[in-house]
Amino acid sequence: MALLVSTTINGDKVEYACQPDESLLDVLRNRLGLTGAKEGCGTGDCGACSVILDGRLTCSCLVLGAEMDGKSLETIEGMADGAALHPLQKNFIDHAALQCGICTPGFLMAAQALLRKNPDPSEVEIRFGLAGNLCRCTGYDKIVRAVQATATELKLAKRSA
Amino acid sequence: MRYESPVTVKDAVALLAKEKGKAFVLAGGTDLLVKMKAGMLEPDLVVDIKRIKGMADIKKTVSGFSIGAATPCAALDENAALMKAWPGVVEAANLIGSKQVQGRCTMAGNLCNASPAADSVPALIAAGAKVTIAGPKGKRKLAVEDVPAGVGRTNLKKGEFIESIQLPKKAAKSGDAYLRFIPRTEMDIAVVSCGVNLTIDGKGVVTKARVALGAVAITALLVKDAAKAIIGTKLDDAALDTLAAAASAACKPIDDKRGTIEFRTEVAGVLAKRAAKIAYARAGGK
Repeated sequence: MALLVSTTINGDKVEYACQPDESLLDVLRNRLGLTGAKEGCGTGDCGACSVILDGRLTCSCLVLGAEMDGKSLETIEGMADGAALHPLQKNFIDHAALQCGICTPGFLMAAQALLRKNPDPSEVEIRFGLAGNLCRCTGYDKIVRAVQATATELKLAKRSA
Repeated sequence: MRYESPVTVKDAVALLAKEKGKAFVLAGGTDLLVKMKAGMLEPDLVVDIKRIKGMADIKKTVSGFSIGAATPCAALDENAALMKAWPGVVEAANLIGSKQVQGRCTMAGNLCNASPAADSVPALIAAGAKVTIAGPKGKRKLAVEDVPAGVGRTNLKKGEFIESIQLPKKAAKSGDAYLRFIPRTEMDIAVVSCGVNLTIDGKGVVTKARVALGAVAITALLVKDAAKAIIGTKLDDAALDTLAAAASAACKPIDDKRGTIEFRTEVAGVLAKRAAKIAYARAGGK
């Protein structure tokens, strides 16, 4: 029997019907057309489906769509402000922190969660913070540098604000 | 499969107790959903306990801390008092999986998944933690070491689920620590692990200790001989050697691709020494 769920995604009220055993990732991709979160492994190992649920980074493949009633979800689709990219997105491009792009939405969500909790992370903290995201193209260095550059940029912006 | 999200413990117990098919509790879901995806489990009913009031709260109580069963591990190090009292337990819980997994996974789930390699379990055992279990006959308490019955099996009965974990009040001049061996630096499952919790007196002599090992038997072990080896000592080299020997002697590990019996047995002793030294320093010993 399908369940009716009422939730908030990227600030918008969203209602959907889903099966009790359907993952949030499948709901996002197949029912809501939010295809930014990718299915890499489906078992919480690769981080390609990362979202921020009630303020906590999580793999959307490890959440049931049915659990989402009354929750607040952030996905990669809400990261840019219209046409204006988020500093993380801009720095990923500037530092060539992506090649095929499959892992990128997950890395961006994880980096977002990391910088919110720790605005001034060391390289080691960035590497540990992003250890739940796998990338088979970049070798990670460029991703780490993009996150470092963003942290510096956000700190400077905060100081001048 | 049916999905239910009761708002009271009583309703959750009733749902679990009356289900004729296979019923599972959903807290963080980081083990349950993976097993469902792999086809290892086919639940008829999933009872999500996260809508029950207080289920994700960390409360300071007269006797220590009470941690709701659905508290995600990522919330533990945000609690300064808990972090100060039980750093070893918090560190152990924050070794489980990735940041994404820690955003959802719970210590109660780690315990009920009943893997011998569960990271939070030896630390909880060393700390002397207990669980409060809700069930059709009311509530009961169990020491953490008495919850797992074997690999993937617990001593919980039909209709029962863990409601909260109780950590005792931190004793003066005490400290705890948890260490595990993995062949990489992050995102792996313990090959061997060890939790130590000890108390010292004004002269630096260990007066109380609990030592627990993970991944070296079908369940995590409370090793009383290892504790005895350091009680009454200032953790000198001879005491540490006796501790290591006692820890190794308690091991009944398996041989697998991640570690041989010999390796696990030896490393258990090494980790026990190292964890004891950290716990001793945290207790204020020099």
